[in-house]
Amino acid sequence: MEHFFFHTLAGSIVLIVLKTLALLVPVLVGIAYLTWLERKVLAAIMLRKGPNVVGPFGLMQPFADAVKMIFKETVIPAKANRVLFFIAPILVFTLSLIAWAVIPVNNGWAVANLNIGILYLLAISSLGVYGTLLAGWASNSKYSLLGAMRATAQMISYEVSIGLIIVSILLLVGSANLNDIVLAQRRIWFFLPMFPMFIIFFISCLAETNRPPFDFAVGESELVAGFFVEYSSMAFGLFFLAEYGNMILMSAIISILFLGGWLPPLDYVPFTWIPAPFWLIIKILFCLFCFIWVRSAFPRYRYDQLMRLGWKIFLPFSLIWVVLTAGFLMSTGIGIYGGAG
Amino acid sequence: MGFIDRIARSFLLSELLAGLGITLSYFFKSKATINYPYEKSPLSPRFRGEHALRRYANGEERCIACKLCESTCPAEAITIEAEERADGSRRTTRYDIDMTKCIYCGLCQEACPVDAIVQGPNYEFATETREELIYNKSKLLANGDQWESALALRIEQDAPYR
Repeated sequence: MEHFFFHTLAGSIVLIVLKTLALLVPVLVGIAYLTWLERKVLAAIMLRKGPNVVGPFGLMQPFADAVKMIFKETVIPAKANRVLFFIAPILVFTLSLIAWAVIPVNNGWAVANLNIGILYLLAISSLGVYGTLLAGWASNSKYSLLGAMRATAQMISYEVSIGLIIVSILLLVGSANLNDIVLAQRRIWFFLPMFPMFIIFFISCLAETNRPPFDFAVGESELVAGFFVEYSSMAFGLFFLAEYGNMILMSAIISILFLGGWLPPLDYVPFTWIPAPFWLIIKILFCLFCFIWVRSAFPRYRYDQLMRLGWKIFLPFSLIWVVLTAGFLMSTGIGIYGGAG
Repeated sequence: MGFIDRIARSFLLSELLAGLGITLSYFFKSKATINYPYEKSPLSPRFRGEHALRRYANGEERCIACKLCESTCPAEAITIEAEERADGSRRTTRYDIDMTKCIYCGLCQEACPVDAIVQGPNYEFATETREELIYNKSKLLANGDQWESALALRIEQDAPYR
């Protein structure tokens, strides 16, 4: 009976909503606890203890923060474009969530198992730039405009090398479906044969999500908060959540492209006991830890250094790598990683 | 050779990885934090906290209104007025300390010939208004009564070094 219900139009809509909730609720909780994790990890590295008063180990701190954020007053700058001013944070936050539609958490477990999943991800992450730009422009303040320009230039520059690295993965796999990309890593995870690209991809992700050491957009010491300097209350909160959502999303993409997605490290007993989605979660957590770890270790780059790194080092390297991969595949005849070929 | 060395070092990210290694080693070290409201760090007997006016064991005020503390106070935070009491002894009628002016240098305590004005171990006397920080004689004497055991102990502990 249920089986039949899910085949009707209403039933399929209900099913999609349920699937979406099953994915988004853990993601949102993850975002909340990522703020906690970041504070704890940073504190530990600075020999502090971090939040530990609200609840056991400070675990209720994200909710206290959320309540505080919601009850703040929303200040709208007098000359701001009111419509765009509110569309921007909503856009940024929505985009950071809808990208999750194609992320597979187990074999075939994705809200939308698209054949062009990776292109969808690229498209969505490019759209995020609009939110940033709108926020900076609609605030009608020179600081947020400058911050938006910086953030936009940075995100666009690093998307180029991210795109090229994805191209070389597509060459290896022969499919743009994220599910196939993970399955192609059954023999060897791509971070080993593609190690230099793995590092470049990780660094580009740092730049793409405006994380330190590339946090020019929010450079606290010189720009205060960059493009969202005029935002307060929950509108600011949405930008904040979107940033952490993008961090989790980027970690998920790294895990899927390079770290074998939901696959266990070895296909033997102690590893296969842990269910597949948990392997993905473990890998995402590892990447997130690296994001925070990098933040604790490095000072902020200079803006021209960031541009030089993106255009003069990462772009040529990833281009050469695409050529090398293509040449290797051509000379050996077939994709060695069991691609569809 | 130096060129190759430099290139290799920057492309292998060796310096960045060394930095990451150092931060990771700190991640596992024991933490320096003292959970302040629940844990407090030990205080030296010379710690200069909130002021107090002490009494003798029989309840008589120690202060003889010599005004040495008033004249030595570099912040001019102390105001004293004195009169002869009915029994002929010299006592203060007014002893105010403006705690918002005080710089906690401890000179008043150094100057006092009878150990009357002292700075005690209490540093948790924050208030919600400035007015509450202008201490008068009764507040200072009350402080002395409240902290007398701690104050006497501190003076005794510090005596060998004076």
